[in-house]
Amino acid sequence: MERETESPDETAIRERAGTLSLRGMTRRFGTHVAVDDLSLDIAPGELMALIGASGSGKTTTLRMVAGYESPDGGRIFLDGRDITSLPPQRRDFGMVFQHYALFPHMSVGENVAFGLEARGIRRAERRSRAERALANVGLEGAVKRQVQSLSGGEQQRVALARALVIEPRVLLLDEPLSNLDPTLRRSTREELRATLHRLGVTSLFVTHDQEDAFAVADRVAVIRQGRLLQVGRADELYDRPASRAVAEFIGHATLVPGILAGSEVTVAIGGREWRLSAERPPAVPDGNVMAVLRPDALAFASPDSPSGWQAEVTERRFAGALIAYHVKLSDGVHLELYGTERDVRVGDLVSVRVAREPVAVVAP
Amino acid sequence: MTSRRAAPTPHTATGVPAVVGDPRAWRGLGTWALAFPVFLLLAWAVVLPNVTVIAGSFASGLEHWREFVNSPADREALWSTLVISFWSVFAAAAIGIPLAFLLTRFEFRGRRTLSAVATLPAVLPPLVGVIAFLFLYGETGLITRVVQIVFRLEQPPWTLTGLGAIIFVHAYTMYVFVFLFVAAGLERMDTSLDEAASGLGASRARRLARITLPLLTPSIAGAMLLVFMNSLGSFSAPYIFGGGLRVLSTQILSSKTIGAMGLAYVETTVLAVSAVLALIVFRWFERRRRYVMPGKGRASRVVVRSRVARLAGPVLGVALVTTLVLPHAMVVLISFAREGSWTTQILPTSYTLDNFRRLATDPQLWVPIRNSVSMAAIATVANIIVCFAAAYLIVLRSFRGRRLLELLVALPWAIPATAIGIGLVATFDRNDLATGRVLLVGTFAILPLAYFVRGIPLVVTATEGSLKQMDPSLEDAARGLGASWWLTMRRVVLPAARPGLVAGAMLAAVMAVGEFVASIVLYTRANRPISIEILAQLRDLSFGTAAAYSVLLIGLTLVITLSARWLEGRATAGEHAA
Repeated sequence: MERETESPDETAIRERAGTLSLRGMTRRFGTHVAVDDLSLDIAPGELMALIGASGSGKTTTLRMVAGYESPDGGRIFLDGRDITSLPPQRRDFGMVFQHYALFPHMSVGENVAFGLEARGIRRAERRSRAERALANVGLEGAVKRQVQSLSGGEQQRVALARALVIEPRVLLLDEPLSNLDPTLRRSTREELRATLHRLGVTSLFVTHDQEDAFAVADRVAVIRQGRLLQVGRADELYDRPASRAVAEFIGHATLVPGILAGSEVTVAIGGREWRLSAERPPAVPDGNVMAVLRPDALAFASPDSPSGWQAEVTERRFAGALIAYHVKLSDGVHLELYGTERDVRVGDLVSVRVAREPVAVVAP
Repeated sequence: MTSRRAAPTPHTATGVPAVVGDPRAWRGLGTWALAFPVFLLLAWAVVLPNVTVIAGSFASGLEHWREFVNSPADREALWSTLVISFWSVFAAAAIGIPLAFLLTRFEFRGRRTLSAVATLPAVLPPLVGVIAFLFLYGETGLITRVVQIVFRLEQPPWTLTGLGAIIFVHAYTMYVFVFLFVAAGLERMDTSLDEAASGLGASRARRLARITLPLLTPSIAGAMLLVFMNSLGSFSAPYIFGGGLRVLSTQILSSKTIGAMGLAYVETTVLAVSAVLALIVFRWFERRRRYVMPGKGRASRVVVRSRVARLAGPVLGVALVTTLVLPHAMVVLISFAREGSWTTQILPTSYTLDNFRRLATDPQLWVPIRNSVSMAAIATVANIIVCFAAAYLIVLRSFRGRRLLELLVALPWAIPATAIGIGLVATFDRNDLATGRVLLVGTFAILPLAYFVRGIPLVVTATEGSLKQMDPSLEDAARGLGASWWLTMRRVVLPAARPGLVAGAMLAAVMAVGEFVASIVLYTRANRPISIEILAQLRDLSFGTAAAYSVLLIGLTLVITLSARWLEGRATAGEHAA
């Protein structure tokens, strides 16, 4: 999607992209602490995803950043300037709402131009900039259309154009993909990533869907019960979770108890002890840990191989490129693994081994 | 604002942290800047009059209450008010529920016509409906005389007075509420529920008893409440057809007329308290049985095929339509009758345009028209401004006192119009700035104020309906895009509120232009509205003039309704053209 020349608007967006810093953000609703001492930095042009289950405080965080909620504690800085007390209309942030919040009584063009209208920009310029913003999201010629006549994907793109046309310092997206059907969702998130990267706008993207987060964001922040658990690239979160909560939340995994010593972890399941090389986080001391066995790090071993657990297949789920198997070890421990062996059936006795090391370990 | 831990500043460039401010606090301040005047106005126009009446009823200790309890007339009035209300609910339900089933569940020739005609009684201004009944079923009315002649009776077959007459008129004018509520409930109801029940082996009767009626409970309870409240406060029918019968609303007016204000306050309090109690009981019943319909409602109609039904249907239909149209037709007919040409005849013998010509040319007859239109206009404009603010606060702002605001705007709906009128009389009869009382009784302003108060619940409810459909994040979205409060209001909130605001203003204007019940308590000669003049003309036996005024009132109602539709239509068309 890279293009040779940038339009003046696009240059402006890149130049205006700000550094967003949250420091100790806290928000309580009654006795419930929705967001608890959350700090996060987003670099200019960076695409940060904030993921968490529903009720984890991610939307509250986003609304505080936008200025719709005010924090009970903490500060928000834009390029080092404290904007905690600025009302939303003075923050120069663009926001894409979960249900898009398109003004139903205005045309697509009027919707996109509204932020410019609010800035007192002349009609002719509003019009041309709205047209360019719509072209930016692949909706050339939609200016006159009615909002009600748009498909879900088109509404999402209009909402994006409306947020981008004001050349926001930061773009906020609240579950922008959750209202799309699965097929559209996949293509839309590719487009979204491409558009945001091309424009180089600083973005904070809230979602409960890790696939969306991994596909779109440069870095991902995991939030749970209002607390920030870990920030990092998707592969870092997957391969080196900082805590049990992150290991359980990101991807699939079976957590089995083990003993960490140096760079090795010993797990004793299925009636056997195995020593595996460990990806050891600095904060975890030697001793009792949980080893994170990812389904893609496990594989079937040949039945007579000595390096495997004896197990029975309890479940088989065909997923196209891969097949997900659930197996039960002799001591009742369940493992999940991905394979391509089509002739393995439920009830078969198999041998399972760790195919990729090191494995992640987390504090128990 | 406190942070639990010291918040390090990431970039030292700013040095001193910015001045601590709270956007939410500013928003809260903005909310109160709007809420405060609204509360003040409601306290003045709605709360103060009721408090004054209740306080007035205790002005001489319990003396007036004792007077009320010991007065046979008042005891009779309370009893007959309750009896009338009960039977009115029963009669309105007995007509409205079957009619709603007939028109939503069955398909037959003329269904559409009948559906359109079925709501006709609702467009008759209250007093006009009563007059139409007088012309039709009164002692010298058309139907009465026809029956008398056909059956060669010496005396009229009935007299349109007393309990029966009042309930008869109520049933005719109020079954529309039941019909509309139940029909809407049936339209919303997912027929797959009924199909599921029949698939499980339930008979038609069982499905009706176990599925349909329970799901309709909120609709039926809501409609019954409306009928009950309207009957409780009904004034026109008892006033004109009561004969010797007393009801609370007429007792209040007669106490006020003879200057027994203490007793009038007690009667008003009793009436208002009964209404509020009824409201609480019905609401409780309605809430207990409220379900969310699974899926989208899709009503399907059964085509009527049986021979008997197909033969009896049209006959019944024509009879029904005739009965419903007759009052309107009769008022129109009499409006063309030459005065004095309808005394002992079945129908007037001579017709003319004089009645209408006089309304336009005789300054004395023109005054009430001018009054009604201007007073309704003033009240409606005030309603639009205040009720938009109130609905906005209720739907889109959260603040301490929101529930109280909801209660205050609903209060004029719960309190019968007679009681509202007495409240204003009691409160605004003197200048006493300390308590907010100003002398308005006897001035032009008292009637627009009464209409304004009566219009509040209508406009607020309708506007709330529209605002609730608006996605609340639209307001956030506009603010986030940099729009000021005023721009957000003008370009986002107001357009979202407009359909309800227009519809509510229309209802309020229609109510105000034909208002009778509060008017008869408050009017002076200078600001007498059309309804009062109709009554005066009836007393003079100038049936033609009274009917001409009535037709004019129906015409005004129509003009208001159509211009509201036109306004909405134009707005919608404008959006699509843009």
